[in-house]
Amino acid sequence: MYRTDMYEGMLAETVTLHGFQGNVINAYFARPLGRGPFPGLVLVHHLPGWDEWYREATRKFAYHGHAAISPNLYFREGHGTPEDVAAKVRAAGGVSDDQAVGDIAGAMRYLRSLPYVNGRVGVFGTCSGGRHAYLAACRAPGFDAAVDCWGGRVVMTKEELTAKQPVAPVDYTADLTCPVLGLFGAEDRAPSPEQVAEHEQTLKKHGKVYEFHMYPDAGHGFFYYDRPNYRQAQAIDGWQKTFAFLEKHLAAKPAQ
Amino acid sequence: MCTMIVERAEIDGSGKGTGGWFRLRQANVSYDHPFNAPLEHALNIDFVDETQGPGARVAVELSPAAARNLVATIEAVLKRAEAGGYLE
Repeated sequence: MYRTDMYEGMLAETVTLHGFQGNVINAYFARPLGRGPFPGLVLVHHLPGWDEWYREATRKFAYHGHAAISPNLYFREGHGTPEDVAAKVRAAGGVSDDQAVGDIAGAMRYLRSLPYVNGRVGVFGTCSGGRHAYLAACRAPGFDAAVDCWGGRVVMTKEELTAKQPVAPVDYTADLTCPVLGLFGAEDRAPSPEQVAEHEQTLKKHGKVYEFHMYPDAGHGFFYYDRPNYRQAQAIDGWQKTFAFLEKHLAAKPAQ
Repeated sequence: MCTMIVERAEIDGSGKGTGGWFRLRQANVSYDHPFNAPLEHALNIDFVDETQGPGARVAVELSPAAARNLVATIEAVLKRAEAGGYLE
């Protein structure tokens, strides 16, 4: 909890790391100044790109005490404005799940290599980033907590599977090794409340630790203050639940 | 969430982007999240030349009704041009 007589400082900058297949990609990294130890957090950007909202969110998590990093999942697609690069990826049907998981795992390794990270790392994402966050929590061993904000296509029909997305993330649930927080809007169509219920049933079936919250009067992307689906009360509550969940699961383990 | 509904059309023409005029090679048509239009999903058309990088793009984001109106208008204009013997 911040107090007005506290010192506060933050470092935020672009860094590079090794992602999928050892490829070098860039990432936006923010951390509080000081010795730490800080919990680590990987932020997975949404289909609209590695954009200003994700930079703000990365700094927000740093402000709340995390060493936070947002890898640029579209690094290989060339460079330009985030919108232009994201439009190119949109036209190509997104990036492959294998590549995204590899890049997210690389960001986790980057955090774990830092002397001021407390050894615990979470993953957070919204929209396609929520889907990727869940996928990484299942497929990249080592995460301690995952936050999936309205990630659609976690539950997929066979017709929706593609070469880039060959397996529905929900089908990896048996391999999930960390607690999951899910935030969803009751008016969302992707994921629909029915798909969220199916996802929840699968988590129950496999005995996983999770918290799902379905917000009434909210649709897709209700955190985005610059979009028409922004819902102030639901967003404030969602952020509070996110920070409480991460504090619970990413706090440093007591010394043995 | 992203619908991943996208089709690509090979085209030929010119577009004017932030860097000036460039030759158009392709139109990417999607029904997915727009960047600017105040809609959850929009009919997005990106006129691009990918050989010149991501910045060679002219973008429009339309409501479904606007997109249908545009299609009908293009067809109507082409029909008049054809009737007048102007099509090359």
